[in-house]
Amino acid sequence: MATLSDLKISEVKLSTEESGKWGMVIDQDICTGCQACVAACAMENNLSFVGEEDAGYGRSMHWIRIERFWEGEYPEVKMTPNQPMMCQQCGSAPCEPVCPAFATVHSQAEQLNLQVYNRCVGTRYCANNCPYQVRSFNWRDYERPEPLPNQLNPDVTVRRRGIMEKCTFCIQRIHHAQDQAKAEGREVMDGEFTTACAQACPANAITFGRMDDPKSLVSQLAKRQGGGKHLEELGTLPNVTYFKGE
Amino acid sequence: MAYAKKEMENARVEHSAHSEEHFREKHLMLDPLPRGKMNEMVMESMHHTTWKFWVVFGVLSAVTVYTLFYSWGVMIAEGLGVAGVNRPVYWGIFLVNTVFWIGISHAGTFISAILRVFKAEFRRPFTRAAELMTTFGLVQAGFSIFMHMGRIWLAYWLMPYPNQRMLWPNFHSPLSWDLLAITTYLLSSTMYLFLPLIPDVAMARDRSTGWRKTLYKVLALGFRGTEGEWTHLRNAMNIFAFAIIPVMFSVHTIVSWDFAVATRPGWSSTIFGPYFVIGALHSGMGAVVVVLAIVRSTMKHMKYFIRAEHFDAIGKLMLIISMSWAYFFFNDYMIQWYGGDKWTKQLLHFHEAGPLGWMWFAMLILNIAIPWAILWNAKWRSIPWLISVVGIAINVGMWFERYIIIPISLSINRMPFTWRMYEPGIEIPLGIGTLTFFILLYMAASKLIPLIPVWEVQEGQMAHELKKFGRETVVTVSELE
Repeated sequence: MATLSDLKISEVKLSTEESGKWGMVIDQDICTGCQACVAACAMENNLSFVGEEDAGYGRSMHWIRIERFWEGEYPEVKMTPNQPMMCQQCGSAPCEPVCPAFATVHSQAEQLNLQVYNRCVGTRYCANNCPYQVRSFNWRDYERPEPLPNQLNPDVTVRRRGIMEKCTFCIQRIHHAQDQAKAEGREVMDGEFTTACAQACPANAITFGRMDDPKSLVSQLAKRQGGGKHLEELGTLPNVTYFKGE
Repeated sequence: MAYAKKEMENARVEHSAHSEEHFREKHLMLDPLPRGKMNEMVMESMHHTTWKFWVVFGVLSAVTVYTLFYSWGVMIAEGLGVAGVNRPVYWGIFLVNTVFWIGISHAGTFISAILRVFKAEFRRPFTRAAELMTTFGLVQAGFSIFMHMGRIWLAYWLMPYPNQRMLWPNFHSPLSWDLLAITTYLLSSTMYLFLPLIPDVAMARDRSTGWRKTLYKVLALGFRGTEGEWTHLRNAMNIFAFAIIPVMFSVHTIVSWDFAVATRPGWSSTIFGPYFVIGALHSGMGAVVVVLAIVRSTMKHMKYFIRAEHFDAIGKLMLIISMSWAYFFFNDYMIQWYGGDKWTKQLLHFHEAGPLGWMWFAMLILNIAIPWAILWNAKWRSIPWLISVVGIAINVGMWFERYIIIPISLSINRMPFTWRMYEPGIEIPLGIGTLTFFILLYMAASKLIPLIPVWEVQEGQMAHELKKFGRETVVTVSELE
């Protein structure tokens, strides 16, 4: 029997175990760019409300963004499909090795890329090394205007300034579902819960679930023809699959 | 026939006598003064403080307190939002300044260690002036790197220290390597600054009274100048001179790995190690020349110690370094372009043709065209103000180079939706603050410790002589030990 030390590092990284436990499929063809996922994510995860001035400067805090592009020269422009972009929860994440304080780490249990907020000292190296540019930095301690403090999610920490934060695939919901399933003595069922962005999407463009379960909706969808991952050539092993018809 | 031969012989003797005189005028090592007089000259330049010094000192203190300490306080209180760094340009002028100041600090070690090891005798009068730049430059680099941290009050988390939770820093991260390299460099260069200082502060101790006497008494560690003390000092200095050279090369190589190890287009370049080292020497030598010219013109008796021959010699070094830098620059661009990655191609185009394309061209002019045009001429590179202009040009050019590598390259990444230009905010006063603080520290040091290593100059003067090889008169140095 091969032990772990017999394997080369690349083999370990590419083994099925590392290829992701939780995954997401995004169908860009049915995404309307309505930003409901952005709002839902902000509410679920206690994101800072940065205010008009900083938002104008480009510092609005979001863990998911809808990218829009166009092709051609004005006036002959053609819109391309909207592209929701969040942390791709890479199997081999470039952000992880560069953090000097171990604030961004790989979760062996969840196969997610986690940010340990209270360990972060704010060197921002992880953000520079993230090819997807999906990590956001807390530039200030922003005030939440009333009545926003009333809807803070008690399951999620409120981050302060000077640290990095990012999409966690709503790990609080994952944990909640796992605890529930464990209490009832079963595995987490497919479709039992989903992330805030997937839940809020009116067009059902986002599907979330277990990638290691071949029967789950998300792994069935991911196996369809024509799916792609962003910047796969970098070897980051992202866990989000995008579908975009021409 | 015989008559003509004798005439020629006479003429040659006359000529050599004339050139001997000429040599003595030109070379510090051949122009010895009584040692007591030289010591007195150095001590007087430390005591000799004009009202102009205090005016400059006062203005710089005020500027430093406002730009560095007050602005930094505001930034700590308000958060990094007051700075201009913004996605995707997470590293701005703070990191540019860090690399810049570490670069400046390289010249001191280069001059004092490498030139000492290779017995380049022209270094003798200005090693200390250069070493002081190393230490003070590293202080500014430390300021800049700490300013950029989001939570500066937790900076000690980057240190490997024993703690109950068994938390360690991540030794995979180039920033951890940085911390170790820069700390090692700061400690070793400070010790290497201190060792050759001991005989000079002992000299100063013997020639001063009051609080200065107390200060020098502590600093001189009881140095009396016995044979055994000199032997120990020489051994220690030899060990340090050799040991600090790999440290010096490693520091800027490791700084370059912050970029070379990352996956960003424009950063991930294997030539960055030597490219950064040579860039550091480029800016450092430029800064040394500027400092020497200012010291020479503002401090008393310094014209005796720092002469045209020194500027000439540093000018030659600068020219060679500028050529090497041009090679590495070309190599870096060539290989990145040849790689054919579409994002890198976009970035290279952005460098030259983007809104800050002028900076790219200015960098080439300031780092290559101006040094080559001026330093090629032996007469020009001996003129202090002219070579200082070259030094300033190189420093501005190298600052531009780092600005292009860090914020401008960060503007372009693999997610075109996030492309954004960088607009500096509070970074500008903070950067000015590090510069004024550097000058302040230097001014204070010039009044507190002998800026000229007098004993080294005297030692060199003892060992130097004119020797005739055939018809040529050559300045040589004989071994002391």
